[in-house]
Parts: sequence; structure tokens; C-alpha cells
Amino acid sequence: MKLNTNGNVYTFCYAAVMVIIVAFLLAFVASALKETQEANVANDTKGQILSALGYDKAAIDVAAVYAEKVQDNLFEDGELTAYDGKFNTTYGSLIKEGVLHVFTGTTANGEQAYVLPVVGRGLWGGLWGYIAVNETKDKVLGTYFYHESETAGLGARISEKWFQDQFNGRPIFGEDGEVALTVVKAGAAKDEFEVDGVTGATLTSNGVAAMVKDGLTAYEDFLGGSKCAAEEECPACKEMDEKECGGCEQACEQACGSCEKKCEETDVEQ
Amino acid sequence: MSKLFSDENKAAFTSPLNLNNPITVQVLGICSALAVTSQLKPAIVMGLSVTVITAFSNVIISLLRKTIPNRIRIIVQLVVVAALVTIVSQLLKAYVYDVSVQLSVYVGLIITNCILMGRLEAFAMQNGPWPSFLDGIGNGLGYAAILVIVGFFRELFGFGTLFGYQVIPQFMYDAGYTNNGMMVMPAMSLIIVGLVIWAHRAYNKEEVK
Repeated sequence: MKLNTNGNVYTFCYAAVMVIIVAFLLAFVASALKETQEANVANDTKGQILSALGYDKAAIDVAAVYAEKVQDNLFEDGELTAYDGKFNTTYGSLIKEGVLHVFTGTTANGEQAYVLPVVGRGLWGGLWGYIAVNETKDKVLGTYFYHESETAGLGARISEKWFQDQFNGRPIFGEDGEVALTVVKAGAAKDEFEVDGVTGATLTSNGVAAMVKDGLTAYEDFLGGSKCAAEEECPACKEMDEKECGGCEQACEQACGSCEKKCEETDVEQ
Repeated sequence: MSKLFSDENKAAFTSPLNLNNPITVQVLGICSALAVTSQLKPAIVMGLSVTVITAFSNVIISLLRKTIPNRIRIIVQLVVVAALVTIVSQLLKAYVYDVSVQLSVYVGLIITNCILMGRLEAFAMQNGPWPSFLDGIGNGLGYAAILVIVGFFRELFGFGTLFGYQVIPQFMYDAGYTNNGMMVMPAMSLIIVGLVIWAHRAYNKEEVK
């Protein structure tokens, strides 16, 4: 029997059957593999956090090292509380909602560190990363950046180690207390706040700069809180902190600003 | 066995490697040749993925060729390719996560690769599954070969590396050699593809018309 493959009825039936078969096939594949994929993604995210802490994620058993060295916390009302819920693999929408995760852990060198997730936009798609800061929360210890769809060999190079390592040891806050750490055109970095971007990928580099600034600014309460604590070394400050701030962070920050000046003045007098 | 490798079948496999190369002769798939060749590694991974997917979509379309309604054949071909690409990317994500992270956007790019549509329409719709399979492998490898050539030159002169390893020694840089930033730009891959086409046609003056 020769099929009339040009008839309308045949064409419609063919399309319908094909779509149903393909839809069923894809749904089956997706649901059968979902668990393995999610485990992979969670594992990879943990690897990225460890990478920011200076571990080589390709060379270690990520799940084991993560379980041993890293603790997932929530930053709420000025305090860190341990987070026991399901491990998150994306943090963009959480940060927008004000749910701030902070990972505490030790770096490959044994230093105490806080790891903060950051998200941003590159040229073609999203960027994300993890920034490890030191115990006094004023210096970067390590970073990890990755991207959805930046150009291979250009913007995609932000995920390479030489680029990420440039951030190590950089101070975060400028003199005005704002986040000053940034990325500039390759070869144009003048001071310790400026990191060389990727040649030929200015827009992606700008995206990283914005991501670092916005990301760290979102954690300002967390980072700023301890910036204040660092000032406690000055006795005049300490007194003032206790009297005027009473634990309230914003007030504390303001007090610190004026405190710094006061310290300088006392120094001069002495 | 002898039938499986008849002259005709051999030609289906070998001609796209040289005289009927999809990039240099048919000038298909140029867009992805621009996007993924700034370094050697993604170029190779992209070449292999296209080879596998061209081969299998060729086989599937060839098996279905007598039942496909003529008026919606392009849609049928697209659905087959898209389904295959999706399944492959899902499998990669589940079992070789590292590779899938590296491929990221390229897997999606394969769906729109003109070589696939070209081979399905021009070959698989008229031929049996086995020759179609060989044709798919041949075209994929022909495409991969050009990608590798372009990727080789771009990475070597653009970054001084191959597969990410430094190959141009430090004393060359000390003596004033610098990486060619132009090589990193997408425009340069068009120029290299042009040079490859030129060399290829000059060499095969008689055969290629």
C-alpha cells in the first residue's frame, strides 16, 4: 500500500504523533536524570565555594572536603545562624529577597574565612561567583567566577585562575567606606583596588566589576558590622561604640565614621 | 561487509573531508566557526558534538524518509535534531557534568547549525540509513577539521598557548614578541577561514569548480 504522504489528514496526524512521542521521550529523559543532575549541580556549587577558598576542586573529593570545612549560615538581624535547609545552588533571587547566605570555612592555607555568593550580568548572560573574605572582613582571600554564556576565549576567561587570583589579598573598602574594589581595562590598574580586566572582553569585565560592587554592597551590613568592630582598637572608639551604638549597626557605622576622625585628633594631641 | 564499504559509501564518507568540505566548499556553518574557535579545546569539543549529532539525526531522518509529509519535512527534521540535542545535553549534564559545563551554549548552537539541516535535506531524505550515517560522520569530521585548523592558529598567535599550555617560550616575549590581539577577535577567524578556503581551492584547482 502506498501512503499518500501529502494529504492534510496524514500531515496533521503525523505532526501530532511525532510531537507526542518526542514530548514523552524528553519528559522521560528529563525526569529519569533529574536527581543525578541536581546532585551534580549541588556538588559543583560546593566545588565553586571551595575554589573561592583556594582549594583545587578538580583534585579533591568535593563533597567530603565541603562537609568537613564549610558551614552554610544565614545572616539575619546582624547575626549568623546555621542553615540546615536544602542546599541552594543559585543565590540571585535569594539575595534580592534579602535572604543572605554566608559560608564560614577555612581556606586551603588554614585561614578563617567568610564566603559570600555574588551574582551579576555579563555581555550575553548571567555571571555568578563566590568571594572569600578574611576574618576582619576587609580583605579578599579568594574568588571564584563563572558565567552562563560569555564568548569562549574572551569573556569566558573570567573563569580562569589567573584572573580570579588577581583579587587575592585586595582590600575591599575605600576610605569613604564604600566598596572600592573594581575591575579596570587590562593593563590600566593603578592601585590596589583596581584589578586588570580581560583583553577584548571589556563588557564582561565591567560586568564583573559591577557584580563585585553590588554583591559586596548587598552584604554591607554583614561586612560593615565588623568594620566597626575593627575600630574598637581605639579606646575612645570603644567607649563611644558602647554608649552610642548599643548594638544598632547603622548607628554604629555612623559613629565609626566620626570615631575615626576623633581617633586621628587624639593621636595628634598626644 | 564489502557492500557496507562500497565505493559509493566510501565517497559519502570521504568527500566531505576534502573536495566537498562543508565549510571550505559548501560554505556552511561559518557562524559557529567564528564563535568557538578562539581556543583549540572548545573547537574540538564542538566538532565532535556536531559529528555525533549529524550522524544520528541523519540515520533517524533516513529511516523516516518515506513517511515524512513533504510539506512539513523541515519541521520534522528540526524536531528530530532538537530532540537529539536536548537528550544529549541532558545525558552530558547527568554523567559528564564537567564537559557539559564547558559546552554550555554550544550544545544549543548545534540545533541551528546549517550543516545539519543541509545534510538532512540533501542526503538523508534520499538515501538509506547506513550511507546517511557515513555521510553524517564525514561532514561532522570535515567541519571539525576546519574548526581545529582555525582554532590552532588563533590560539597559537592570539594567546601563545595550545590547549591552554604555553608553547611560545618566555625568551621570545623577552625579545619583544607580543601576542596578536587581532587573532582573538571573531573577525580574524573569518580571515583565517578565507585563507584556508583559498589554499584548499588553489591546491584542488581542477576538482573544485
